[in-house]
Amino acid sequence: MVKKIFLYVLLAVVSIVGIGFPIVKNPVNWYEYPLIPGLEENAKIIFFHVPTSWLTVIAFFMSTYFSIKYLRKKNIIDDAKAYTSAQLGMIFCILATVTGAVWAKFAWGSFWSWDPRQTSIFAILLIYGALFALRSAIEDEQKRATLSAVYSSIAFVTVPFFIFIMPRIMKGLHPGSADDSTAGPLVNFKMNGNMQVVFYLSLLGFTLLYAWMWDIGYRSYLLKEKIEKSEKKD
Amino acid sequence: MFKSMSALFLKDIKSELRTRYSINSLAMFIIVTISVILFSVGNEKLTPFMAGGMFWVIVFFTAMSGLSRAFVSEEERGTTMTLQLIANPDTILGGKMLYNMVLIFSMNIVTFLLYTAVFDSFIIKNPDIFFLVFSLGNIGMAVSSTIIAAIISKAGSKGTLYPVLSFPILLPLMLMLIDLTKLCMDGTTFADTQIEIFFLLCYDVLMMTASFLLFDFIWKD
Amino acid sequence: MDKIHYSLQLQDVTKIYSRRTIFKNINAGFHSNGIYGIAGSNGTGKSTLVKAIANIISPTSGKVHHQKNNVMIEEQHLHNEVGFLSPYFVFYEEFSAEENIDIFLKIRGIEKNSGLIDTLFDRLVLNKRRGDAVKTYSSGMKQRLKLIFALSHTPSLLILDEPTSNLDDAGKEQFYGIIKEYADKSVILVASNEKNDLALCSSVLNLEEYK
Repeated sequence: MVKKIFLYVLLAVVSIVGIGFPIVKNPVNWYEYPLIPGLEENAKIIFFHVPTSWLTVIAFFMSTYFSIKYLRKKNIIDDAKAYTSAQLGMIFCILATVTGAVWAKFAWGSFWSWDPRQTSIFAILLIYGALFALRSAIEDEQKRATLSAVYSSIAFVTVPFFIFIMPRIMKGLHPGSADDSTAGPLVNFKMNGNMQVVFYLSLLGFTLLYAWMWDIGYRSYLLKEKIEKSEKKD
Repeated sequence: MFKSMSALFLKDIKSELRTRYSINSLAMFIIVTISVILFSVGNEKLTPFMAGGMFWVIVFFTAMSGLSRAFVSEEERGTTMTLQLIANPDTILGGKMLYNMVLIFSMNIVTFLLYTAVFDSFIIKNPDIFFLVFSLGNIGMAVSSTIIAAIISKAGSKGTLYPVLSFPILLPLMLMLIDLTKLCMDGTTFADTQIEIFFLLCYDVLMMTASFLLFDFIWKD
Repeated sequence: MDKIHYSLQLQDVTKIYSRRTIFKNINAGFHSNGIYGIAGSNGTGKSTLVKAIANIISPTSGKVHHQKNNVMIEEQHLHNEVGFLSPYFVFYEEFSAEENIDIFLKIRGIEKNSGLIDTLFDRLVLNKRRGDAVKTYSSGMKQRLKLIFALSHTPSLLILDEPTSNLDDAGKEQFYGIIKEYADKSVILVASNEKNDLALCSSVLNLEEYK
């Protein structure tokens, strides 16, 4: 209970502070954000866009981790964990794509421009989509678990190519890309103290949210399976 | 081990020559796809980059229409158990990969020749580099599509599932191939492309390793 | 030729399909050549058990140990030690009977023993039709061909799942004759409900006891 209240308060504070505090040229007061050239008022979306993208990646790794664990131990609980993580990953992936597209419209002039990271997140979206399509096509529980675990593992092999190859092929627009003149992670260079605090609080809040949803998610999935099985028997 | 693989490969070739199940339809598929592109382009002249990209689009869809047969046909006729009884999983995956490689090579050479004949703007200035890229690309495609074919054959061989599952896995390969083809059309040097060619090789090796590691799980019920 | 000593040990073999227990905790050993039966009414998992023994499916828990001359056989090589006859087995129908057998031996990487195969075709009265495509075969003829397939690579463990289904009386007698001949050369498991099939066996494992 305390955990839930803490999480609720944390996310509420992040949302209010993230959106509410003004951006000014030369921040004097503690509640003011600095003006980042090229981002201006758009900068605030960073509190939501980066955490969702971060969780997309975390959920993907977690899903692969539990898939491999399932293949080794054949414990159906690991499959439930992998599946739930993939579901959450899909939600965060959509959120990251939407917030990213909105931001891109104002910062770069169009919703979509096939920047390396946009391409990569699109690929993750496709992988999740394919995974769910595969799962819904298989009736048998063990077969479904095994085949989707194999597919996740194969999909994971493509990750290094997105990291290393995309930036060579496409022009990067994200801060920190190879040909970005301002180079270096945005976080360290241009954020002032209070902005960093809100940013990291938001990252923490979203990560806790993910952990909580994942915990409930996989347990309810297992219960659902159990109920369906007992109904079948009767 | 390799002898067994090639025996399995020869069995598939012999069976294909006797039933003509995929060869005819694949040949028609290539002709139909190129015609569709020809009609849709009309009298417009394709820019070289578009021509290069479009080539791999044809290759992708031809692969998607034909390569799943390797495992799906065994599952459909019920001969999966037959294979399980006469060979270990590594032999079977190796044999099927070999078969798909030969299939995709012959398919793509035909596509390439037809495509070059039909589209004037598709001119490769570095045939030697392109041949290397083309070969590595074909191998990668054969490897990935073989393991995905194994997955869908066990998933009740849902036809539409094949491109859906294959595309994300083939996407990095396709992007590299399209980019390298563009470079070869512009005229490039080996030094400029060697890193990407190296990544192409990495893709082939990594996918092959992952396939052999994971195939056991798919193959045994 | 030295006599091959094959031994098969089942240790706590359990199979569960979608939370439905087929059989559980089967412990059994087959350590000397001879014919052993596996019985049980329909749906008790005879076919499932023999598939698990032949390493076509993996048991949910438990292990099957194969030993040849007291050396453990690795999973990679097991398929060449096992001869398997099953109602679920399917031939490549576009090839002739002889081509099927030849292809299988080539994939196994085993030299063809022409003498053995000629004798088998002869004894099972398939000699005249051995060049015809399997799709023209009747179900009884396919059953005979399956026995040739199971014996063609001289396995030391022979698994026969419902060996005499689809056979006429003459066919059954031919089968029994061949099976008896192999009894002192190999371990033979017969999964069946036919009284006559089980009469060949020196002992019978009843799956009803492992629910």
